[in-house]
Amino acid sequence: MTGTAAPLFAGTSLNARDRKVEWLVRALLGLMTALLILPVVIIMALLVVEGGPVISWEFLTSPPVDGMTAGGILPALVGTVWLVVVALIASVPVGVAAAVYLSEYAPDNWLTRAINLAIINLAGVPSIVHALFGVGAFVLFFRFGTSILAASLTLAVMTLPVVIVSTRESLQAVPRAFREACWNMGATRWQTIRRIVLPNALSGILTGIILEVSRTSGETAPIMFTGAAFFLPFLPQGVLDQTMAMSLHLFVITTQVPDAPEALPFGVALVLISMVLAMNALSIAFRMYVRGRKKW
Amino acid sequence: MVGDVAPNGGGASADALSAKVVVQNLTIRYGNQVALRGLDLSIRRNEILGVIGPAGSGKTSFLRALNRMDEFIPGMEVEGRITFDGRDIRRVRNVYALRSRIGVVFPLPVGLPLTVYENVALAPRLRGVRKGSELDEIVERCLRRAALWEEVKDRLDSLGSLLSGGQQQRLTIARALSQEPDLLLLDEFSIAVDPVTTMRIEEVLKELKHEMSIVLVTNLVQQARRLADRTAFFLTGEHVETSDTARIFSGIVKDPRTHDYIEGRFG
Ligand SMILES: Nc1ncnc2c1ncn2[C@@H]1O[C@H](COP(=O)(O)OP(=O)(O)OP(=O)(O)O)[C@@H](O)[C@H]1O
Ligand SMILES: [Mg+2]
Repeated sequence: MTGTAAPLFAGTSLNARDRKVEWLVRALLGLMTALLILPVVIIMALLVVEGGPVISWEFLTSPPVDGMTAGGILPALVGTVWLVVVALIASVPVGVAAAVYLSEYAPDNWLTRAINLAIINLAGVPSIVHALFGVGAFVLFFRFGTSILAASLTLAVMTLPVVIVSTRESLQAVPRAFREACWNMGATRWQTIRRIVLPNALSGILTGIILEVSRTSGETAPIMFTGAAFFLPFLPQGVLDQTMAMSLHLFVITTQVPDAPEALPFGVALVLISMVLAMNALSIAFRMYVRGRKKW
Repeated sequence: MVGDVAPNGGGASADALSAKVVVQNLTIRYGNQVALRGLDLSIRRNEILGVIGPAGSGKTSFLRALNRMDEFIPGMEVEGRITFDGRDIRRVRNVYALRSRIGVVFPLPVGLPLTVYENVALAPRLRGVRKGSELDEIVERCLRRAALWEEVKDRLDSLGSLLSGGQQQRLTIARALSQEPDLLLLDEFSIAVDPVTTMRIEEVLKELKHEMSIVLVTNLVQQARRLADRTAFFLTGEHVETSDTARIFSGIVKDPRTHDYIEGRFG
């Protein structure tokens, strides 16, 4: 612009400083990320090194013996699967239905906004509070006793807000223009939901649910007073039985069984974390598969 | 049924007999902003009614009211009376049946996240057509009429959203036709379409008017001149006049502002 022809792309003093700042910011943010990853890496390394030797086919398929100082974890493993599956059966239909209602039908008024706010708050309630609610409601009031049913329902109540929020977000991610195009053709709300909205939100909904499963399987407090047993060497036969669970078992052998071998808790934790990671991997793979065939 | 249709300012009293839609004293508001004020107008059977006017004059709002879209557009309020085949559309219980008889095409194409085939088969499916052969037949007929068939006949199973913008707009028109509407509302349909395709669609519209009434909102004054039997001129929410297109374009206007607009003297 000026009279003298400056060489093209020559740096001025100003953008030399900008570039330095850019470099610093990038380095700083990278460092923070590394700090974040560090604990995860250390935990995983510790678990694999300490707990790895404990793991065997035997360990996964036999009950604990000798006052839980030896043997395997089969009842806890099976118990956790029971608890999670029953919790899902209870929470997914209700949560998805509520999310569809809130996203697709509810008028935008103060009541809807209040309900949305309540759901978000519910997600922040500490799990021990849910545990007390579970004891009062399911164990005592509905007389399910301490059982898989009571524990799973407690877990379901706890996970419900998260299922609702993640489902609602998946539904909202489907552009409104699609809905309006359908309504304009004379489609009812439900026809629009069934043919356009749900098929396109399904991947997001399922991803949310899988993440929820992984969270649920690690919970201890909500099941401790409602259905999980300290020690029970048999497999549960139905939803009214008590059961052992991985998370509680880990808590018990670390705090209540002084002469348990030091490696044992690491082994249990490794199995639990592997379950969670496997489910997360599944959800990520699923998301990638679906993103590959995104329709808009 | 015809008896309750009142005469209106839009045309002769013969309108009462031949009118598909009669609009009386229609006022549309968004919050406290008035988009259209006291519109009286009729849409006759088998005509193309052109609607012209500068940006923000209320053309799109008018189309929305005809399809009762105000029910899902936040803040939109509609007052006045619109009859469709003599029935007050406010009082129609089954709004879905009403909307299914009105095809709507908006300026920017909305390809539903479905295959080309399913985009066009959706409306027939919604009204209960199940047989594959019947659906095939409807899909082909609608795509042909929208001047799209030759381009997509080999990719009916690919996603509608992968088509080009102009193709998607014709897909939207095919979808509107698959409703077998008796009223077709087109809002600046050619905005995303090349001139050659626009000409082809215009030819199609001339054919279609033998089967339905068409409201053609357009920013291209010449498009109204080419296609419309009558032309309505809106200006910032006011219905300035509606007249035979030939009269308007030969300079016989009731209001000088109409003349100014089609001569491009303001806008
Ligand atoms: N959803 C809405 N919410 C609020 N105001 C709106 C909405 N839609 C339209 N309006 C307002 O109503 C008035 C009329 O708008 P409308 O879309 O009907 O005009 P138009 O004639 O179609 O214009 P254009 O030629 O630009 O499409 C404008 O002032 C616009 O700002
Ligand atoms: Mg418009």
